[in-house]
Amino acid sequence: MPHWLPLMLESLPSLLWACVVFTVPLTVLSFGLGLGVGFTAALTRLFAPWPFAALVRFYVWIIRGTPLLVQLFLIFYGLPSVGIVLDAFPAALIGFTLNVGAYTSEIIRAVLGSVPKGQWEAAYSIGMSWAQAIRRIILPQASRVAVPPLSNTFISLVKDTSLAAAITVPELFRAGQRIVATSYEPLIIYVEVALIYLVVSTVLSSLQARLETWLSRYGGYIEAGT
Amino acid sequence: MIALENIEKHFGTLHVLKGVSLVVPESGVTALIGPSGSGKSTLLRCVNLLELPQAGRVRIDDATLDFSAGARPNRQAMQALRRKTGMVFQNFQLFPHLSALENVIEGLVTVLRWPGERARARGLELLEKVGMAAKADDWPANLSGGQQQRVAIARALAPAPLVLLCDEPTSALDPELAGEVVDVLAQLAREGTTMLMATHDLRLASSIAGNVVFLDHGEVVEAGPSREVFGAPVRERTKRFVSSLRQDGGDVPGADG
Repeated sequence: MPHWLPLMLESLPSLLWACVVFTVPLTVLSFGLGLGVGFTAALTRLFAPWPFAALVRFYVWIIRGTPLLVQLFLIFYGLPSVGIVLDAFPAALIGFTLNVGAYTSEIIRAVLGSVPKGQWEAAYSIGMSWAQAIRRIILPQASRVAVPPLSNTFISLVKDTSLAAAITVPELFRAGQRIVATSYEPLIIYVEVALIYLVVSTVLSSLQARLETWLSRYGGYIEAGT
Repeated sequence: MIALENIEKHFGTLHVLKGVSLVVPESGVTALIGPSGSGKSTLLRCVNLLELPQAGRVRIDDATLDFSAGARPNRQAMQALRRKTGMVFQNFQLFPHLSALENVIEGLVTVLRWPGERARARGLELLEKVGMAAKADDWPANLSGGQQQRVAIARALAPAPLVLLCDEPTSALDPELAGEVVDVLAQLAREGTTMLMATHDLRLASSIAGNVVFLDHGEVVEAGPSREVFGAPVRERTKRFVSSLRQDGGDVPGADG
């Protein structure tokens, strides 16, 4: 038996544990919350009075213009200076949520805008209110266009959560670092960590493909013509 | 009764409707004809408030709305007026993520809160009426243009509106498919459905419209029974327009005289 195999098998449980208890919840929670933030931000930019829309633009500008790692350090190490002390996990959750919110708001804004204006008019013509039109007519069509770019964000996020290691969240990558510190086998352990990320991303990609197929069940947009 | 009074509409510097007034008699079909850019589509869209006039009054039955520049009427009043109308669009605008039947009953279920079973029964009855019952579960993308438009007509009729507004209902269709849509509209006309339709389609206007309103440059040039407007137009502009339609190959009632 090659010498790397027992080491990998031995470290697998603690790596998987870190993945299931920290990496996956951090990813899923911050993506879910971030989508909520992004959706609200997108609607605000599209429909709210200009001061609110300007506020959202400012938020997106700050988040997209600064490194995620710096944002995480600001929240975890910087905020205690003004009396806001957060545990590592909540700090990471806030950081990732704000990040996802900013990026997805741009995606959601674009896909809402991609639904033809005539669909709004048709919704209004059967007596729908703005909220009913959004919920019943616009969102279902926009969500289909949104799946590929949102999945991109989601899969990036899985890997980005490794940055939380830098603010002491004991997620997958940090668990790997700890094993390396005692085993002195960086190549073997980091390959193993990378493989686990790869498996998670691959599973997510295949779920994305299924979701796309399901959302495409009704064929294309219908444009004018016969 | 539908009455429009002194409707004014500007798009920026473009004066599209210049104080248009007209009355649509109940249980009859009124055709809005006129060259491209005459304002007929805009006028139609002012009736169900997809466009808001800057001045004038829209009255449908007991619902009345007065318009003035810059003041948006309140939502309830707009909804109340809108719910008395049904609209058929040039490009159908079926909801692509819903089946034919779901398209028809969407307004009943979501807006009027009908129970599902009752809505389905009504939906199937309407699809039957437009000859689309066999395609009730099909996606719009799998229907021909004529079939889509017939489903769209059923959707517009679902809440039993007082007036059916048709914006160029056949002009996105080739003649054969337009024919099946004309047949459905003619059937509705025989049943006494009140309709106001903007159209270029002479076959449509002359075969089912009892009244015709000729609009040009945002003004009503001539209005009256279709036989008179088509057969013996009084105004010079109307004569020129009607003869240009005839050259396109349509049959005009009373055109021989």
